[in-house]
Amino acid sequence: MMTDPAVAPPGQGPGLRGRRTPFVAYVGLAVVALGVAAAICYGTGVGGWVLMLVMGLVLFLAGVYAVVSRLEGRRAGRDRTWSVLIHCAFVLALVPLVSVVWTLISKGSERFDLNFFTTSLNNIGARDPDGGAVHAIIGTLEQVAIATVITVPLGILAAIYIVEYGRGRFATLIRFFVDVMTGIPSIVAGLFILSFWVLIVSPVYNNGQPSFSGFAAALALSVLMLPTIVRSTEEMLRLVPAPLREGSYALGVPKWKTILRVVIPTALPGIVTGIMLSIARAAGETAPVLLVAGGSAAVNINPFNNNQSSLSLYVFQQASDASRFAPARAWTAALTLVALVLILTVAAKLFARRNRISR
Amino acid sequence: MAGGFLPRRKGFGAERAFSTVTLLAGAMVLVIIVAITVFLIAKAIPALQADTANFITETDWFPNQEPPVFGIAAIAWGTLVTSVIALLVAVPVALGIALYLSHYANRRIADTFGFLIDLLAAVPSVVFGLWGFIVFIEPVRTFSVWLNKYFGWLPFFDGTGPFGRSFMLGGLVLAIMVLPIITALSREVFLQTPTADEEAALSLGATRWEMIRTAVLPYGRAGVIASVMLGLGRALGETIALALTLGFINEITVNVIQNGGNSIAANIANGFGEAGDIGRGALIASGLVLFAITLVVNAAARVIIYRRREFTESAA
Repeated sequence: MMTDPAVAPPGQGPGLRGRRTPFVAYVGLAVVALGVAAAICYGTGVGGWVLMLVMGLVLFLAGVYAVVSRLEGRRAGRDRTWSVLIHCAFVLALVPLVSVVWTLISKGSERFDLNFFTTSLNNIGARDPDGGAVHAIIGTLEQVAIATVITVPLGILAAIYIVEYGRGRFATLIRFFVDVMTGIPSIVAGLFILSFWVLIVSPVYNNGQPSFSGFAAALALSVLMLPTIVRSTEEMLRLVPAPLREGSYALGVPKWKTILRVVIPTALPGIVTGIMLSIARAAGETAPVLLVAGGSAAVNINPFNNNQSSLSLYVFQQASDASRFAPARAWTAALTLVALVLILTVAAKLFARRNRISR
Repeated sequence: MAGGFLPRRKGFGAERAFSTVTLLAGAMVLVIIVAITVFLIAKAIPALQADTANFITETDWFPNQEPPVFGIAAIAWGTLVTSVIALLVAVPVALGIALYLSHYANRRIADTFGFLIDLLAAVPSVVFGLWGFIVFIEPVRTFSVWLNKYFGWLPFFDGTGPFGRSFMLGGLVLAIMVLPIITALSREVFLQTPTADEEAALSLGATRWEMIRTAVLPYGRAGVIASVMLGLGRALGETIALALTLGFINEITVNVIQNGGNSIAANIANGFGEAGDIGRGALIASGLVLFAITLVVNAAARVIIYRRREFTESAA
């Protein structure tokens, strides 16, 4: 494809990359495109500044294609047009994300006070401006803690099976279903625990009545956490260098002891990172808690009996509450939840950087 | 195969015990999947038997009245429409960002924003729902009115209002939520393109876009498809964001701007509070359908990823 259309003007040969469109041309094009778009939009009254920007962008793209094609050739024109489009995609995506962060901070800080973190919604009516989320914070912490206690040993052992012991079809099948399980919708996990634990098991210890509980929510969260923990642990175990294992075998250490004393400690930082990320995800789940813990307004310390709330459920319920003080509470709870999740996520990522065997 | 080659001794107690324990833990995954299916079916059957309408074709959802009338047609339609809107909007933008981060931005910007995208994927869906419910609804309503004024002759933008709590709001909020997922995965795939391929294209005089089209995109195609399907799986199962943004009218319509719309997952979250015995069973039945759909979508995505892994590993 030697069709370089940038025919060199006499006296100066084309550079290695041919002639370049000057930067001023782009600025000029942008100004002209916006001007024309503004004239159309406001002149005929079909739309406001958003339409003007969109129209301006389309005109700008057409202009870039036309001008660059003329100066540098059609291939360069296409290249530059796509380049503009890709940069636009990036900017476009920033708009809603910045908006989410901004409203979260500005509206969430309104009730970010001591009262919010020391009181519950007990005895808070529709006209009370106060009311806090301490019951929801307790619920989130208890449910996530129980789910972690259940899932971590199970997940690590399952990963050990897949990497160290599993052979043949059965191991492949488990790996496949671990991957598929990561995609189970959280509401389905909630329905599963509802029909299994709340409707069938809980009547056994609750005088024949089905009972919502924080523990049921923890079970549902476990279903969601298990596959992510197995996956991340599996990847970390695979990164442990084989010579470490072989050295241990050569000293006569049995395989199980090698795994527990050599392989796991080597992979530990990475495993912890994966666990923290899955905890962060579980803390934000709303639907399963709604279905099996039911939500409550007062503090309930006991996770094994009666309704419990959680931060995410609190956000959902306050958002759909009719009280005019509810949205402020919802935003503050959302800010608290995001802060919790992001601290966990950032800590996990920083922890991962210290890990010697990770990529 | 990490650490095979060990002499197998019979009656090696601790070894046998430990490997059995790990086997049981691994089998738990299969047990859970099977248990989900079994328990959901068991709880759904009584409700389905009580249903006086056809569960597949009925659009109404009144499982608590006597006799119960409910069907999944309208809510399944809503799940489909919101997911399609989400993907139509999110996929081009996500691929654009992924290409920007992998092949356009300088290293520091790419690292920073890659990190931010990972953080965004961790933001809980209820937060996006709250934002859509209170903040994002205003521009969407304005946009809906504008669409209705100038494109009202299209069936999608027909209607007399009120606008806002519609398929479009739900779909756009979903789009913002799946964006980080698709971006993160396809960026990984694009970054894995063999440098030799890219340099070969460039050395033949390709422009940057031609290099991307001839080297990066064909290499990443399977990975991109898989990431889109994972995003689809997430969109299909999303509950709370839609429970906060849809208008809850059960009908099969192509209109995306009128107040209304419902989805399987949002219907469960919103209908659960007042559901009786049959109502609960009906919701579980709809959850079973959702489970089956997401299982198929996710399994298909995984199969594509596995094929690709074999392909790239044999090439390397």
